[in-house]
Amino acid sequence: MPDQNTIQRIIKGNQIVADDWTVLRLEEGQEPATVEVAAGKVIVPLKVWQAQKEALAARPEIGVWLQSDERPEELKGELDKFSVVAVNFPKFTDGRGYSIAYNLRMRLGYTGELRAIGDVLRDQLFQMKRTGFDAYAPRPDRSIEDALKGLTVFSETYQASVDDKLPLFRRHARTAGAREHNDIGSGI
Amino acid sequence: MYQYDQYDHLIVRERIAQYRDQVQRRLSGELTEEEFLPLRLQNGLYMQRHAYMLRIAVPYGLLSSKQMRMFAHIARKYDRGYGHFTTRQNIQFNWIELEQTPDILADLASVEMHAIQTSGNCIRNVTSDEFAGVAADEIIDPRPYAEVLRQWSTFHPEFIALPRKFKVAINGALEDRAAIAIHDIGLTVVKNEAGEIGFKVMVGGGMGRTPIIGTTIREFLPREHLLTYTEAIMRVYNQYGRRDNKYKARIKILLKAIGAEEFARQVEEEWADLKGTEETLTLEEMERVIAYFQPHPYETLEAIDPRAGHEDNKAFANWLGRNVKPHKQAGYAAVILSLKKTGVPPGDATAEQMDFMADLADRYSFGELRVTHEQNIVLADVKQSQLFDLWKEIKAHGLATPNIGLLTDIICCPGGDFCSLANAKSIPISAAIAERFDHLDFLHDIGDIELNISGCINACGHHHVGNIGVLGVDKDGSEWYQVSIGGAQGNATAIGKIIGPSFSAHQMPEVIDRLLRVYLRERTPDEKFVDTVQRIGIAPFKEHVYATPINEPGRLVGEDEYA
Repeated sequence: MPDQNTIQRIIKGNQIVADDWTVLRLEEGQEPATVEVAAGKVIVPLKVWQAQKEALAARPEIGVWLQSDERPEELKGELDKFSVVAVNFPKFTDGRGYSIAYNLRMRLGYTGELRAIGDVLRDQLFQMKRTGFDAYAPRPDRSIEDALKGLTVFSETYQASVDDKLPLFRRHARTAGAREHNDIGSGI
Repeated sequence: MYQYDQYDHLIVRERIAQYRDQVQRRLSGELTEEEFLPLRLQNGLYMQRHAYMLRIAVPYGLLSSKQMRMFAHIARKYDRGYGHFTTRQNIQFNWIELEQTPDILADLASVEMHAIQTSGNCIRNVTSDEFAGVAADEIIDPRPYAEVLRQWSTFHPEFIALPRKFKVAINGALEDRAAIAIHDIGLTVVKNEAGEIGFKVMVGGGMGRTPIIGTTIREFLPREHLLTYTEAIMRVYNQYGRRDNKYKARIKILLKAIGAEEFARQVEEEWADLKGTEETLTLEEMERVIAYFQPHPYETLEAIDPRAGHEDNKAFANWLGRNVKPHKQAGYAAVILSLKKTGVPPGDATAEQMDFMADLADRYSFGELRVTHEQNIVLADVKQSQLFDLWKEIKAHGLATPNIGLLTDIICCPGGDFCSLANAKSIPISAAIAERFDHLDFLHDIGDIELNISGCINACGHHHVGNIGVLGVDKDGSEWYQVSIGGAQGNATAIGKIIGPSFSAHQMPEVIDRLLRVYLRERTPDEKFVDTVQRIGIAPFKEHVYATPINEPGRLVGEDEYA
């Protein structure tokens, strides 16, 4: 048995699972076109994918990640090439990743694993799940078991999103106003 | 008014559990203050100068007497016996212990209230016209749509970490009483030629350090598309709004940067994919919500002259003239309870006054009250025949000051006495001005005028759109006040122009006096202050104010009383 501590774990679906993907992040001085992408399962930055597309597309398993200011539309037509698409949250207060996820799912039709990486904390997980993420790599300095609790905060929601295309008013028959009126809608 | 069903109750209950847990994690150190900050802000909890401040949502300003009594209870049990009604139709309590906030939320939930999204970089409490549903000039009651928006925006998963705060206002009358032009989204309910209900959509208004009046990006949006179209606006903003500089992060800056036409084009493009999806409102859902806002069971009454029998009572006549507004139902009137008595910070009410106002609502106005963005309280459905009795009662409780729309009906933020953002105090300035002009005949002679005071550039006191606007600024560590004139809210919204170098706190009453003197000298019969400014420009005002030095001795009224 390998040492528990060395195995990287993520949340996938509603479970904690071992994960053998590596996220490539460019260091200062490294160029997208020339950076070496190690063998194995690697999630590369969008720019690396774009610069080394030919070589990377030939690999059996490759992932790509988007920075919060990058456009998911740039992957239009290519999404079936990835085992994983990840969206980076450079800061937990940067909410662009939610719209990127929404667009990947709803406008670009991506159906594979969509993973949240970066500054991912327990209190974001519920909205991440709603906007289309199905995998989460919580910040390594926090308990992943605690983070799991973030997925089940609410049992009802008002509005539609990726997880449920029906808003509350279409999912349930909601009771009408407490007062009796025969002229509902008159004068409106 | 709207009443929670099982789903609303469930969501609010689960929110309290979530928030209670977050507070626990903060107290145990599991959450850092930096991590806790956006979580508590999304629940209206600010760290202020002295203590935590909790801002509670009053959706579109509408309150039941039961809810008002709960505010009185919170004021007594968790605060220092009073609360502050804000320009966004909310209420805030200034002396809150973090540990107690989950219990306060539980108390609020028992009367169908919460503090969700009253702060933070998310869609805030939707505001509206305080006379919605009763105003004679109303086309459509905007409140059902405000409620639909409230539900849709509550915990919207995609728009919970926007570049900046986001404010929506909705108006349904000919006259704009919701200040829609200074909101991120301003909606006007309209009917088209076919009699269909829709919205005129304005985007990109706002105050702060870059005051901008909103631009109309759509003349008519059929009402069933309210949510999908708003979603399209939000998605464009969430992706493209600036995040590198918090002072340039509001949607108004994005609109300015790319142009309103380009912005509208992007929204329409986004909307093309959303139009007709399941988020489109159903007639059934709209009617369900509208059913909660049906007119009260009014008696069939003849309109009367409330002065009849009290012809010699000048005080009552003054109050009728200023604080009582027309009602669409014959025999009824809307009454504004003034929270602007001299010596009291604008918008403040004691627990005793809150209980009393709740009691009045039960006895005179179908158990409902409204909060105005001018920080007063409205009883919207009072029988004309009961106005005199009501007036006598409220007089005894300091709520009958006949100054609605007059110089002393000052909009004023909490300023440096409370707010940690403020550069200067605002309440003592308001107090000093109110004290100096505490003469009703003079006030009535001046007539309609809006004096708005903000303690900092964030403009919670709406100084940009005040006919006279006062902005507290910091210069080398001391407090100064910059004055602008010619601003206006409503249909003819305008941003005021700064008259020149700023003044010390002590000079402010005299500055106001000098501005008024020019107005009295220059005005034509029946001309309002703001119209005189528009007609003759700011030069004559500027000239007179700065002509001779202002030496105002003495300490300001109320300087330490509310700190």
